[in-house]
Amino acid sequence: MEPLLKVRNLVKHYGKVKAVDDISFIVREGMCFGLLGPNGAGKTTTIEVMESIHKADSGEILYKGKKIDRKFKEQVGIQFQNTALQEFLTVRETLVLFSRLYTRHRPLDEIIKICSLDEIINRDNQKLSGGQRQRMLLGIAMISDPQILFLDEPTTGLDPQARRYFWKVIEDIKKENKTIILTTHYMDEAEYLCEEIVIMDRGKILESGEPKALLQKHFGGAVISLPEKDVNGGLDLDCTPVHKDGYLKIQCHDTDRTIQELIRKGIPLNGISVEKPNLDDLFIKLTGSSLDAVRNGTGGDDR
Amino acid sequence: MKRFFAIFMARNLEFIRDKATFIWTLLLPAFLIFGFAFAFSGTNNAVYKIGTVGEKPAGKAFLSYRHLQFISYPSGEEALNKLKHHQVDMVLDFDAGNYYINNDDTNGYIAEKLLASDLDLKLKRKTVTGTVIRYIDWFVPGVIGMNIMFSCLMGVGFVIVRYRKNGVLKRFKATPLRSIEFITAQLISRFLIVIFTSIVIYTGTNIFLHFEMSGSYTDLFLVTSLAILCHISLGLLFSTRFKSEEVAGGIINIVIWPMMFLSGIFFSLEGTPPAMQVASRLFPITHFIEAARKIMLDGAGLSGVTVSILVLTAATIIFLVASAVLFKWE
Ligand SMILES: Nc1ncnc2c1ncn2[C@@H]1O[C@H](COP(=O)(O)OP(=O)(O)O)[C@@H](O)[C@H]1O
Ligand SMILES: [Mg+2]
Repeated sequence: MEPLLKVRNLVKHYGKVKAVDDISFIVREGMCFGLLGPNGAGKTTTIEVMESIHKADSGEILYKGKKIDRKFKEQVGIQFQNTALQEFLTVRETLVLFSRLYTRHRPLDEIIKICSLDEIINRDNQKLSGGQRQRMLLGIAMISDPQILFLDEPTTGLDPQARRYFWKVIEDIKKENKTIILTTHYMDEAEYLCEEIVIMDRGKILESGEPKALLQKHFGGAVISLPEKDVNGGLDLDCTPVHKDGYLKIQCHDTDRTIQELIRKGIPLNGISVEKPNLDDLFIKLTGSSLDAVRNGTGGDDR
Repeated sequence: MKRFFAIFMARNLEFIRDKATFIWTLLLPAFLIFGFAFAFSGTNNAVYKIGTVGEKPAGKAFLSYRHLQFISYPSGEEALNKLKHHQVDMVLDFDAGNYYINNDDTNGYIAEKLLASDLDLKLKRKTVTGTVIRYIDWFVPGVIGMNIMFSCLMGVGFVIVRYRKNGVLKRFKATPLRSIEFITAQLISRFLIVIFTSIVIYTGTNIFLHFEMSGSYTDLFLVTSLAILCHISLGLLFSTRFKSEEVAGGIINIVIWPMMFLSGIFFSLEGTPPAMQVASRLFPITHFIEAARKIMLDGAGLSGVTVSILVLTAATIIFLVASAVLFKWE
C-alpha cells in the first residue's frame, strides 16, 4: 500500500547552514510518527517542508503517492513551534475565525471537549498559561477535522504536569485514527506517544523504526549507571561506557556478567543503578553525547 | 467570501478592542484641531500678503516694502478667489491695471494705505467681498489628511509587518486562506475604520468650530474615500515584504514626515521654492488636501478637482497592483 506521506532525499539550506541533509522516510496512515532530535537538528525545517510552508532545495514530498497541491491545506492541521495569533480575540473567537477559513469544519463543541478548552473558552487568547495555549493551538490545528496533524514540539517549555495532560489529549486524538507527525526533543515523549520514530541530528537521520525494536536492536540488556568517582582506572568491558552527568553509563548485553566483573574489580556498588534502556540512552549511544550536551554544543535554536 | 468575512470581522474586533489605539486615533486629530483653532484665533498676521498677477514693474518702492509678502498668481481669477477668502490682503493685477481689496478685510485697508504712499504705481481701485476663511477652516482638511496618512500607513503597513514578524501570517498561510482574501479584508476593514474616524473627527469638531463649507458634503466624502483607498494601498505596498517592524516603521516614517511638511497640512505652499512645490506634487496626500480645500473653501465641484481625482485614482491602482504582485506571507 502507498504510504500516506513519503519524504524523498530532502535537502534544505538556510544560507550556508545545511538544516536538512538528504533525508528520506515514510509515514504510514493512522500512526503517530515522531521526529526526534536536539534543538537545531532540523526537525522544524523538515516538518515545515512537509507542510509545504517552505520549499525544499531538492527532494520531494509525496502525499498518497502524488505531489502536494492546494487541497492539501484542507487535509492537514498544523501546530507551529513558534506562532502568534491576532490579538484582542477570545479563544472562542479565534477558533471561529479559523473554522471559517476551511470549507468544512468540526463542531466547536467537539474541539472544546477534546482539547479541554471549557474553562478558557471566553478568555483573551493572549492571556493563557503555557499548557492552555498549547491546547488552544492544538484546537486550531484540529478545527478542520484534518486527516494529518503536524505538531512541532507541542510540549516544549511546559511543566511536567501540563505535559502529561497534553499527552492524554494526544492519546484521545490517536483513538480517532488520525495520522500525527510530532517533533520533540524529549525522548520519553516519543517513547510514550509514537509508534514509529526517526532520530535526527545535524540534519541527518541517525536511526529510524519502532522505539521498542530500536531499543531491542541496540541494547540486549539493561543500562548500568555508576558514579564516576567510584571508578578508578579503566574498566575492561565488552562495551564502551559513556559519561553523563557525573555518571558512567554502561550498556551491556549480559547484565549478570558485567556486574560480576565490577565486583571482581572491587568497585563499590553502593551508587549503582540498573535501568531498562530508553531512547535517551540510545541517543547517547548513537552520538556519543547526551541530548543536553548536543543541544548546548551546536547552539541550536532556542527561540 | 466566507474566509474574507472571517478575517474582516476579526480585524474589526481587534481594532475596536484595542482601546488605546482607538482613543488615540480620535483624540489626537481633535486635539490638533482645537489646539490650532485656539492658537490662531484673533491673531492678525504681521505680514501682509499681496497677490500679484502679471509682470511686476521694476524699481517700485512699494514692491520692496518690508512686511509685505508678494505671491504671484497665473490668473486674475485665482488671485481674486484668494482675496475673497482673506487669504491675501490685496491683489495687484498689472495686466489689467487694477488693484483689488476686500471690503470686509481690515488688513486690506492697511495694505491700501501702504500702496497709496507709492505714487508711482498707478492702478485702479476695485473691491470684492467675501467672508473670512479662518486658519482653522483651511487647516481642517489638512488634519483629516494627516489622520488618513497615519491611520492607513500605520494601521495597514505596520500592522501587517508585525503580523509577519510574530508569525500571525505564517499561521494563516497554513490554512486555505488566499493572500488576496487576506489583503482585501485588511483593506476594507481599514477603509471603514478610517472613514468612520474621519467623519467623527470632522463632525465632532465642527459642532464647536463651524467650518466653512462652500461645496457639497458628497463631493468631500468621495474625495476623502478615494484618498483613504490610496493610502491604504500605499500602506499595503510597504507591508508586502518587510519582516521587521523597525525597518518598516523607519521607512514609513521617512515617507510620512516629508509628507507632513511638504503637503501643505500646516502652511500653504504658495510662495515656497518651486522645488518644494514640485516635491509636494509627488505625495498623494497633497492632492487630497488640495481637492478638499477647493471643495470646502472655494465651493468647487468634482469637475473642479479632476486632476486630484485622477492622480489619486492612478496612484491607488498602481499601489494595489504592485502590492498584489509583491505580497509574501513570510
Ligand atoms: N529561518 C532560518 N534562517 C536561518 N537558519 C535557520 C532558520 N531556521 C532554522 N535555521 C537553522 O537550521 C538548523 C535547523 O533548525 P530547525 O529545523 O529549527 O531545528 P529543530 O527544529 O530541530 O530545532 C539550525 O541550525 C537553525 O539554526
Ligand atoms: Mg524546532
